[in-house]
Amino acid sequence: MIKNDSKPTVISIKNLKKSFGSLKVLDGVNLNIKLGENLAVLGKSGSGKSVLIKIISGLLKPDAGTVEVLGLEVDKISTKELRTLRSKIGFSFQNSALYDSMTVRENLAFPLIRNKTDLSKSEIQHAIEEVLNQVGLPQTISQMPSELSGGQRKRIGIARTLILKPEIMLYDEPTAGLDPITSSEINSLIKKVQTQYKTSSIIITHDLTCAKNTADNVAILVNGKFLQSGSFEEVFKSENEIAQSFYEYNFINEK
Amino acid sequence: MNTKTDSDGKKYLFSRSLDTIFLAVNNVFKFIGLFFKEAFTAPFEWKETINQCFNVGFKSLPLVSLTGFIIGIVFTKQSRPSLSTFGASSWLPSLISIAIIRALAPLVTALIAAGKVGSNIGAELGSMKVTEQIDAMEVSATNPFKYLVVTRVIATTFMMPVLVLYSGLVGMLGSFMNIHQNEQTSFSAFIKNAFSTISFLDINSSIFKAVCYGFTIGVAGCYQGYYAENGTQGVGKAANTAVVVAMFLIFIEEMIIVQFVNSIR
Repeated sequence: MIKNDSKPTVISIKNLKKSFGSLKVLDGVNLNIKLGENLAVLGKSGSGKSVLIKIISGLLKPDAGTVEVLGLEVDKISTKELRTLRSKIGFSFQNSALYDSMTVRENLAFPLIRNKTDLSKSEIQHAIEEVLNQVGLPQTISQMPSELSGGQRKRIGIARTLILKPEIMLYDEPTAGLDPITSSEINSLIKKVQTQYKTSSIIITHDLTCAKNTADNVAILVNGKFLQSGSFEEVFKSENEIAQSFYEYNFINEK
Repeated sequence: MNTKTDSDGKKYLFSRSLDTIFLAVNNVFKFIGLFFKEAFTAPFEWKETINQCFNVGFKSLPLVSLTGFIIGIVFTKQSRPSLSTFGASSWLPSLISIAIIRALAPLVTALIAAGKVGSNIGAELGSMKVTEQIDAMEVSATNPFKYLVVTRVIATTFMMPVLVLYSGLVGMLGSFMNIHQNEQTSFSAFIKNAFSTISFLDINSSIFKAVCYGFTIGVAGCYQGYYAENGTQGVGKAANTAVVVAMFLIFIEEMIIVQFVNSIR
């Protein structure tokens, strides 16, 4: 369990279990995310990290346990309530998941015009320009997703979530497949989002540099449970074998 | 009812394959139910619906024109020798109009649309599903079912009657050109002869068939695409299954509707 402090809890998970057929993916996960906290979740491929944030966003239903986001149990609320809740959650997908038949402008306008129906065209345009400036890509407004680089796609994907001014951000492998410089830019963007939008975030990653630079706390998911959690230093100074192997691969083998 | 357990320890009611079929049918009916629920609930995606009508209707016109025209000519050419044997070449316009309006135009247009539009919808939605674009719509607090499925099913359902009527007219035009060339029949005589045997029931039943076929094509394409899985292979499978299922159902519907219409004729 992640350590608590006096700030209110925005995500609370108790004894979460999820299986696919006979494969147990999550087996009793407990987690609390405080307001304004960034948590990096580390773990091997297939360890259930992405499943965890898909359950938090209501894309998957848990088999057992409770998942409370902003005080609402995501698997118990109605579809309408879930949509309202989702407007407060930003989800950045591993492959960006930009709508490839739409331009960047249309990608950004899509959630906005469907969630804030009272906005005028100029207000929508202003919101799009503002969020593109935030991610540093104002020049891409008329481009198609296929014309963007991997890093640009990631940033537009994040911009699309920011346009609704979310309270919680869920990042699925934000630096996967990117070069170190672009990864560093994405890490800076995640920190910028935390401070400017005052979001609480879960960052799913294999990249310890990303975890170190973006997260306040780190948790390692092994065999469907959090093996180790705490600040980056606490987790990676421990004697735990899996934590050490993560650390060595990222900071020693890559030298 | 008692359940049985197979060698893998999984429970089933009848047999695993039969249970899978029942589950699939159940899921399709749920999907159709959800379509009607979302189609009649605000907000409506008018812009996207019109966009899809353009894609389904206008973009199918060249193919429908070509096939309709050729069917008109070929059917006329094939029918002429049989009628000439009985000295009944003058009945050609009547025969052709009955064949085209009652059967050929709805069926051939539906099969072409199943191939062109059904596969397109299956592949497009399948690709969106496997690249998480549908999930992205879901988590951005929008309703992907309304935006993707409802708009496409409405478009296929409403555009199919238009395409069928258009195909019928083009087929008649092809037939007229062939008859005019061979029998020197005037346009007014052709029209008079052709429409003397066509009743409102024929036209209405064709429109009804087209609505059913359009709905089937839309639902088959959307269902297969919306639930596609297993990456690019799944996209191909979704497109392929959408066409096969739609064509199969179109023939079944054709049989049922013809039986029904003939019983009230």
